[in-house]
Amino acid sequence: MIEIENITKRYGESTVVDDVSLTIAPRTVTVVVGTSGSGKTTLLRMVNRLVEPTSGAIRLDGEDNRSLPGYELRRRIGYAIQGHGLFPHRTVAENIATVPTLLGWERARIDAKVEELLSLFQLDPAAFGPRFPHELSGGQQQRVGVARALAAEPKVLLMDEPFGALDPIIRAKAQDDLLAIQKHFQTTIILVTHDMEEAFHLADRIAVMDKGKVVQYATPTEMLLKPATPFVESLIGAGERPYRLLAIAPVSSAVEPGHAEGVAISSAASQREALAELLWSGRDALPVADPDGAVIGKVSLEGLAKRAAGPT
Amino acid sequence: MRQLRFDKLGAIIAALALGGAFIAPFATFRANRIVAGEVKSVIDAVPAAWSVALLGIVVCAVIVALVRSPAYLRLAAAFVALAALALGIGVAATHLTPEANTYARVSPASGFWIMLFAFGLLAADALTRLRPAPFVRIVVLAVVLAFASAILLAGAWDGLSILKEYASRVDTFWAEGRRHVTLALGSLVAAIVVGIPLGVLCHRVTRLRDGLLGVLNAIQTIPSIALFGILIAPLGWIAVNVPGAAAIGIRGIGVAPAFVALFLYSLLPVVANTVVGLAGVPRDANDAARGIGMTDWQRLVGIEFPLAFPVILTGIRIVLVQNIGLATIAALIGGGGFGVFVFQGVGQTAMDLVLLGAVPTVVLAFAAAIVLDAVIEMATPNTRQAEAA
Repeated sequence: MIEIENITKRYGESTVVDDVSLTIAPRTVTVVVGTSGSGKTTLLRMVNRLVEPTSGAIRLDGEDNRSLPGYELRRRIGYAIQGHGLFPHRTVAENIATVPTLLGWERARIDAKVEELLSLFQLDPAAFGPRFPHELSGGQQQRVGVARALAAEPKVLLMDEPFGALDPIIRAKAQDDLLAIQKHFQTTIILVTHDMEEAFHLADRIAVMDKGKVVQYATPTEMLLKPATPFVESLIGAGERPYRLLAIAPVSSAVEPGHAEGVAISSAASQREALAELLWSGRDALPVADPDGAVIGKVSLEGLAKRAAGPT
Repeated sequence: MRQLRFDKLGAIIAALALGGAFIAPFATFRANRIVAGEVKSVIDAVPAAWSVALLGIVVCAVIVALVRSPAYLRLAAAFVALAALALGIGVAATHLTPEANTYARVSPASGFWIMLFAFGLLAADALTRLRPAPFVRIVVLAVVLAFASAILLAGAWDGLSILKEYASRVDTFWAEGRRHVTLALGSLVAAIVVGIPLGVLCHRVTRLRDGLLGVLNAIQTIPSIALFGILIAPLGWIAVNVPGAAAIGIRGIGVAPAFVALFLYSLLPVVANTVVGLAGVPRDANDAARGIGMTDWQRLVGIEFPLAFPVILTGIRIVLVQNIGLATIAALIGGGGFGVFVFQGVGQTAMDLVLLGAVPTVVLAFAAAIVLDAVIEMATPNTRQAEAA
């Protein structure tokens, strides 16, 4: 659990982060969204004390983050940034081994960890371990950056626009991989982005920041249904709201009894994908199949339309 | 049919080499070391068989230079021609000096120097085109130096005036040589020991940077002779008033002011290149290094230094080559070094003596430049950031 309590950061006259309080549940993904200059990166960097707050406190599992020297604290918290920040003069394996080496792990344990992480990120350890960062593609570099952040098995991972430098197709894949990794390691993730699409895709809870303040901290559904301020509303985008609402719920929660013709859609797909399929194929309803392939009902245009409607 | 194509630089080299071989004189003969000499063409300077061989080699090399030929062939032609010149001038010395005459002096004349320049240019151009690996460049340098040493040891140049000057100064030559190298390298080491920490400090403390670099820049603009003069007073004062200072050799003139002046000149390149090198470390890498828990010291040693190293090394190269040249002037204030021969030679209007000081200095500086350039290239890993996808 991460408790951020009345945290404020001022640089001279300007207040960058203004009295922010957030409680982040363990093993969840929290996305901090905001325009540039909203203070979101500063807030993130105060968690691992790359930036020292002017006032307020941050506690990790009840322990004040100032009870350790900054560098020791940071070795316990994963940190991944846009443009990955890999060390260009060290190999991929050496990059990933950085924190375990700083912590004084044994060689064999470090090697095993590097191998495990590379395999987990779908990079062949024998082929990629000895390479240098500039020999990798952008997507591979990004994966190595996240692997390095996770090498010492931190409970908390901070990510600052980690997918910002990736093209849309690689980005979507990287986001899905991140969710899988998060489930695997049960890591608590705080991720900063300006991309609302990314926020809705990844977040258990979203914190929207504007001019140094958190204007709303809520689950994606709550935020869509009850945006706290016009700023949040405009950030979500009025034209996008129904689609976002469908995008964050799976087909399985919209299944109706009955029969429909044609190829079935998976119950794990999002309702937005179901809607797209309905519109594109010009049908009123689609059969729905569970992960084993058995048809369990249908999903209809009418049903989805009701679910996409906002509160009246 | 394949048309013969001409090389532009080759045409210049050809004109120079042919002019040097057939129009300008090859060697100068003087009855003793002070009088004006008489010049001799290639045909007069060496025995007939030698002049045919030498001119033949020059003409062949000129043809290779003139047409568009493969780079390795051009390099071979240049080296063969240079070797022929080196041997030829030795033969000329023996041929022109009358038996048992120890006063007569034979030295290379304009034609020799022009050809040396022309074929040196051909070799440099060919090497540039071949882009040899750093290690290969050092090997080429070693081979050339070994060849020159072999000629020297075999005594093939013993008849030349510069070696006659050497023969009468064997002991002082090596002593001054050691002093020259000590001055140049010692001040460089001192500048590295002081300059790199200063550079790190400048990088971390922005306010210090402009002030310190400004001061060092100002020092760099002081003419070297003036700087020696400026140092006489404070060092003289230290020698008299600080106990033990005189004992370790600190005096107003001599090695101490020369050392201090060279050290001061060396600081700017070392400090400035350290600052530039550290500033060039990717911001991302630095941020990540802090973010994953490196201490400032670990970040400096593990990340910033290795990435800035090639740039710092470039600064050291500048300093070393500059110091080898500048150390010549130390002789003016009794600091010793090869400059001693240069200034003695100027005083006696004996050009051969000037060359005895100048040639080793040039060879040292040239060799240092080649070796350090190669080391810099080897130390620069291919760390270009891949284009962001």
